[in-house]
Amino acid sequence: MKHFLQNAYRYCVGVAAFVALSQTVCAQTESDAIMIPKNFVCVAGMYAHNSWDHYWEGTLKRENLNLGTISSNVYNAGVVYGLSNTINVSAFVPYITTKASAGTLRGQRGFQDVNLAFKWMAVREQIGTGILSVHAIATGSIPVGNYQGDYLPFALGSRSKSVALRGLINYQYGRFFVAGAGQYIRRSNITIDRDSYYTTEMHYTNQVALPNATNFLVSAGFRSLLLNVEAIATKYTTLGGFDITRNNMPFPSNRMNATAVGGLIKYMPQQIKGLEFTIGGSYVTSGRNVGQNTQLMGGIDYVFSVKKEKN
Amino acid sequence: MKTRILYTSLMAVALFASSCKKDITERNQELPALTPANPDSTAGSWTPILTGSSTFTVALPEAKTSPNYVADINEIKSYQKNLTSEQKEIIKYWSAGSVLRWNEILRELVSKHNLPPYQNDDGTYPFPNAANPLAYPLFPFSNPPYAARAYAYVSAAQYDALVQTFKYKYNAAYRRKAPYVDDANVQALIPRSALPSYPSENAAVAGATAQMMILLFPGDLDFIQKKVAEEKLYRLMSGANTRSDWDAGESLGKQVANVFLARARADRAGAAAGNKDVWDKFETDAKAAGRTPWISLELPRRPPMLPLFPNVNPILMPAADVVAVRPAAPFKEGSAEYEKDMTEVMAMSDNHDREHERIVAFWADGVGTVTPPGHWNSIAAEEFVKHNWSEVRWARNLALLNMAEMDAAIVCWDTKYFYFNPRPTQMVAGIKTLTGIPNFPSYISGHATFSGAAATVLGYLVPERATEFMAMANEAGMSRLYGGIHYRNDCTVGLATGVKVGTYAVNRGKTDGAN
Repeated sequence: MKHFLQNAYRYCVGVAAFVALSQTVCAQTESDAIMIPKNFVCVAGMYAHNSWDHYWEGTLKRENLNLGTISSNVYNAGVVYGLSNTINVSAFVPYITTKASAGTLRGQRGFQDVNLAFKWMAVREQIGTGILSVHAIATGSIPVGNYQGDYLPFALGSRSKSVALRGLINYQYGRFFVAGAGQYIRRSNITIDRDSYYTTEMHYTNQVALPNATNFLVSAGFRSLLLNVEAIATKYTTLGGFDITRNNMPFPSNRMNATAVGGLIKYMPQQIKGLEFTIGGSYVTSGRNVGQNTQLMGGIDYVFSVKKEKN
Repeated sequence: MKTRILYTSLMAVALFASSCKKDITERNQELPALTPANPDSTAGSWTPILTGSSTFTVALPEAKTSPNYVADINEIKSYQKNLTSEQKEIIKYWSAGSVLRWNEILRELVSKHNLPPYQNDDGTYPFPNAANPLAYPLFPFSNPPYAARAYAYVSAAQYDALVQTFKYKYNAAYRRKAPYVDDANVQALIPRSALPSYPSENAAVAGATAQMMILLFPGDLDFIQKKVAEEKLYRLMSGANTRSDWDAGESLGKQVANVFLARARADRAGAAAGNKDVWDKFETDAKAAGRTPWISLELPRRPPMLPLFPNVNPILMPAADVVAVRPAAPFKEGSAEYEKDMTEVMAMSDNHDREHERIVAFWADGVGTVTPPGHWNSIAAEEFVKHNWSEVRWARNLALLNMAEMDAAIVCWDTKYFYFNPRPTQMVAGIKTLTGIPNFPSYISGHATFSGAAATVLGYLVPERATEFMAMANEAGMSRLYGGIHYRNDCTVGLATGVKVGTYAVNRGKTDGAN
């Protein structure tokens, strides 16, 4: 138990953002096996920069001289709280700005969605010489800003409400770990400003059904008291949706797939207990109807106890 | 603790399963079957658009006792004996109205084809080829002028087809009762109509529309013919028409459409794209006159959209009136009015009012949409369903609207290319727009012109909503200012010019015999 607490104490959140065409921001606490203990709070701030100058129009990779490079800045802030040693809850709200380097189209700015997560460590036991843990994570997102979801590629998000369930398995062997996770994301319909739209057929409504999605993740790395280093690969797939037709604009209910690879480094200076610095990056290696995004991020977290209590 | 976890988990699963409802009922899905308050049985005497002196051939209907007619009736009975749920859906869909459904289908095709071609490797742009419509770039590129003309020809052909149909329906030699009247064992699965059923009015609409598509959307004839077959099935299954009623109507509709096809092929729209000499001449002429010429802000520079569309033969206005209604020149660069308008555009560029964004998006009707004339068709159709008009009145009213839109396109394009003046974004670097910049000159706004004409016609047809329609038209025009792509003057003058064009349709409506 002591080992667990120590480790957990030093690893609060690595908030990364998946920002492709849709600029969905996920608080990535839900994607790791790390828990903070009961009555501990982690406050976190994160900045991420996303950019791409190529995108996939359906399966065709192309550039767009009238957009140049699309970029966004994500400022994400939130808290994680240890309800118990096996249950953590978190809430994050990002503020996002988007822009294009060419053409005249105006970018957007504003608060996106509040992202809530409920993370439960269901199993934790010694297997062989390592420790296996299994986690169930329920997440939800609700738009907080009144931004335009139907304004791709500048929209801050899709403006849908979503709920997601994720299963995560982590195996820790000494200071090394491997983890795998699968997530199913259910997305609500959205209301757009237009009163009709064409997908592969005409729709006379301002309601748009967004495809649900899956998100798979594998990660592996090293965790010590001073430093965590991990490599991460993710595969996000919408279950349905349609391709952008030739030289058309993107639309919220497009099929949007992205496979990304990346990494995180977290440094925990021993002088100030509870302080953590994270840097990371990711790169979309293949996709469909999304930008080939490069993300660079940096974050700072502080973990502390809110109750003087010995359990 | 365990129970709490279990409880919370159950809550989470329940929330997960119940949240994010996906069912969407679209506005056009639950429409009631058309039950005209007035069958407009005298529509055979209404003034046609083009076919007032045309002659058509319609075979005489066979006698009730003939083996062919008996077979026709038996065919209906055999359908009705065993209707599948899918077939019932077909009846429900089409019973809302033939003119309505075909108008929706046309808007769908416009949306599908409203895509500017991607550039060639050398930075030039390919043009769609009507002779090879399925090769990239697909034919047509249904941009607003193309779409306005397509809506007009289809609506006008449908109207004429119905007027001609009514002439036969009430001609003693052709008059035939509906199958559900003639045979007690044929059910009426849609509201009963007092109209004679030979030739079928639905078939005339379908035949005319499909025939027009040979010219307008030649790459989608499979889709069109599937819809024709579906509507035919609907008329048979519902007990409203026999196969021979349908075939006579479809043939008549095609014959009427051929008159419109002949006009459309000769209306000069086919040459509207111009060529490099034409494009360059606009620029040199503007420079010679001491004005800043419009230039494309697209990369690579795209040739201006349909610069010779002003030469298209208008459908309602005398050709000479196109120049007569052309508004006075835009504000001179550097004048006080010009500076005031420019300052306003720059302020709009910085205005993050969410309501402005909504208005811009609602009226944008850009790439991949029904276009502004299509949006007004949508507004019209959703209004018309409330009035229980007959098919022929639907067709006449949409024809008035769409002929006004076609002439509005010609007048607006004439003004745009006559003055060839730049967009605000060309004059001041750094103006940010809330929607894409259309690839043609600024003065006058197409959205404002289309909307002014449409609101004028709709206000005539539905006077109790005239003020509201004009307010919508004004908002549509202003959306282009809010979006940072037009000066206020482009929008206000566009709206006023649109009203003038719409008046031609109103005047026709007053004297076409339908009132």
